[in-house]
Amino acid sequence: MDRQIMQGNAAFARAASDAGVRMAAAYPGTPSSEILRDIAAEYPEVYAEWSPNEKVALEVASGASFAGARALACMKHVGLNVAADPLMSLAYTGVKGGLVVLVADDPFSHSSQNEQDSRNWARFGKMPMLEPGESQECYDFMRVAFDISEQFDTPVLLRTETRVSHCDTLVELRDKFVPERPLGLDKKEWTKYVMVPANVRPRRLFIEERTKKLADFADTFEYNRMEINDTKIGVITSGVSYMYTKDVFPEWSYLKLGMVWPLPKKMIADFFSKVEKVIIVEELDPFLETEIRAMGYEIFHGKDVIPSVYELTSEIVEKSLKGDEYKASEVRVKPEDLPRRPPNLCAGCSHRPLFYALKKLGAFVFGDIGCYTLGAAPPLNAVHTTVCMGAGIGQAHGAMKMLGEEGLGKVCAVLGDSTFLHSGLTGLMNVVYNKGISTTIVLDNRITGMTGHQEHAGTGFTVRGEKTNMVDYEEIGKALGVKSIRKIDPYNIEETMAIVKEEMEKSEPSMILYTNAPCMLLRREKRAFEYPLYAVDNDLCRGCKMCLDINCPAISWRAGEGQSADGHKRKGTAYINPDQCVGCQVCAQVCKFESIKPVIK
Amino acid sequence: MKENKQITNIFLSGVGGQGAILASNILAEVFIGAGYDVKKAEVHGMAQRGGDVTTHFRYGERVYSPLIKQGSVDFLLAFELLEAIRYINWVKPDGKILINNQKIFPPAVNLGTAQYPDDIVGTFKSYFKDNVYVVDGGEIAKKVGNIQAANVVLVGAFSNFLPEISDEQFVKAIKSLLAPKLHDLNEKAFYEGKKAI
Repeated sequence: MDRQIMQGNAAFARAASDAGVRMAAAYPGTPSSEILRDIAAEYPEVYAEWSPNEKVALEVASGASFAGARALACMKHVGLNVAADPLMSLAYTGVKGGLVVLVADDPFSHSSQNEQDSRNWARFGKMPMLEPGESQECYDFMRVAFDISEQFDTPVLLRTETRVSHCDTLVELRDKFVPERPLGLDKKEWTKYVMVPANVRPRRLFIEERTKKLADFADTFEYNRMEINDTKIGVITSGVSYMYTKDVFPEWSYLKLGMVWPLPKKMIADFFSKVEKVIIVEELDPFLETEIRAMGYEIFHGKDVIPSVYELTSEIVEKSLKGDEYKASEVRVKPEDLPRRPPNLCAGCSHRPLFYALKKLGAFVFGDIGCYTLGAAPPLNAVHTTVCMGAGIGQAHGAMKMLGEEGLGKVCAVLGDSTFLHSGLTGLMNVVYNKGISTTIVLDNRITGMTGHQEHAGTGFTVRGEKTNMVDYEEIGKALGVKSIRKIDPYNIEETMAIVKEEMEKSEPSMILYTNAPCMLLRREKRAFEYPLYAVDNDLCRGCKMCLDINCPAISWRAGEGQSADGHKRKGTAYINPDQCVGCQVCAQVCKFESIKPVIK
Repeated sequence: MKENKQITNIFLSGVGGQGAILASNILAEVFIGAGYDVKKAEVHGMAQRGGDVTTHFRYGERVYSPLIKQGSVDFLLAFELLEAIRYINWVKPDGKILINNQKIFPPAVNLGTAQYPDDIVGTFKSYFKDNVYVVDGGEIAKKVGNIQAANVVLVGAFSNFLPEISDEQFVKAIKSLLAPKLHDLNEKAFYEGKKAI
């Protein structure tokens, strides 16, 4: 028996390979990013690509499916919003090779801009959805999802979440499946794939029929499972919610749903006949509860006690269901009294000097999704909106259209290189087309940073590290019609401020690009600074704390009354940790007293 | 599978880059090898950016929840003092605590806007008496030959809490996870850690 411990995402990747998947496409997003990384690294027989966004990834995967191959598209929950357009019509076209759309939710928004319950897509889009709760199920459900997809001619949604994707549990592997279907496109299938009204209408009926068949299938589906123990209380649940509830109330009976859409009506009826009272435990929305109530059943407890916000834990399930009988554990120290350890831009990060410059210019900054979102936190406070990928460009344009000349010199949009390619181009094209006057700064650090260094069309490498074409951002800007395109070295604060100010003041669209400012963690492009290390000259430091305003992890405050060599009283001095300093010189430029100087490492 | 239906909860906490992940991987190898079901949930989304890192580690006959309930930690293994006290409420009254004697200041302390808590070990001892152990993992690792092995020193010290697992099982697990050239150093680090408490 081959049992090994695997992260949920690693189990998904292995299962894709073992299910005979030929195509995997994705755009990175926590907590889904490791799946494509692992497929690319471990399973060479699977074609793998980072697509520029989730919509393209799903389109690529569906093309492979139409050609007869088993295909997988992976994304985080907000990515499925981007991919929703093809998804909703792929529900009509159906598939040839199995097509699985993996969507990773993030209850509690550990690293996301919102908290969506992707189960709603299944009902909305009329497609089946499977929901694993631990790595073994990640492995099993991915495999069975492809069988369901082909058997019922439908895309299958596979829903995971942070605590499933990023948890390591034991997995027993099974034999590899090799699909026998030859690859090829068939023109005769156009009535299935061309979604014009005459074809849509019969496919609409097909979907209704398919959903009925799937609901019947759900009644016999091996991963919809009843566990009858104490019959006083029966719990209907799924995924990781089952794990939390079973942990606290092992004695109760369970109907654990592996398929959360469509629901197994006969099995639910059977469960209600076997237990006295039914509790529904589910994270986020009352998805199962709404449906089961609509079937006419009476629910003992559901969202009346189980929270609809944030993630669940065993503790929350226990507290919610025990009510007054719940005994909280002893509070010895209040965690809120302790200093937090929030994430920060790295020492030497190119975003830090840019945000310092934007703050000094007093700009309102329309932000985006990425490491640079960290620029919103104090003491930088330099980013003022974050909505979704690509949003900042359109928003800055909209704001400037309203503010007109009044807004000149005060507004800009910032977004990363990967984000710009994901969904910034159309926004920038629109600025030019509609005679906008906004400024767009592309923080090109040569990689997708926040999600852990994924390649994209601007890095010059594929997911497997092969050399490929590298997008030229300046040429894109020109092609879109931007006349004023400038380059900045963000590490030169004075020059950056001058250029950004000039561009923000212009009554025309501007585009500003980073030059030579790769991510500090990107080894292959590591920027060499003139001097590798800076230190504070204690004779000159006046303890003004200006350098602390840039929030560099290498700089700290050392309290202590005293005075500088030239007699200025001070309450302490700044200190640069030589283990963390990389020599970016940003603090040296911020210091007004020239007390930060290069030293020998 | 083990007869014991009890689930044991180990909580690991530290700061990104301290090697807590390797430590939890060693524990996983050890307990899977001993026939247990294991669940390990890491929270490290932004660890590269200096955030805190925690691992919920659970083993037993069949583990359901990937997350430990507050107040039910059997063993707290903390790689840093502030990251130890942050989770003091998670430990059950008779739980055992192993703390690496290292302070890494968070930004607010660096900026002088917050205080690093005083006498963290004393606070632990006031609740957990003799069940609190402090090890200078970095110092021991330096003596062994490389400060990077501090995490394995801590695993060595921690192994005293788990008498049912032999030293050989630990050393085997450590070797299975590290490149051969690191085997001798880390084996030494394990045994020095073992002696440290």
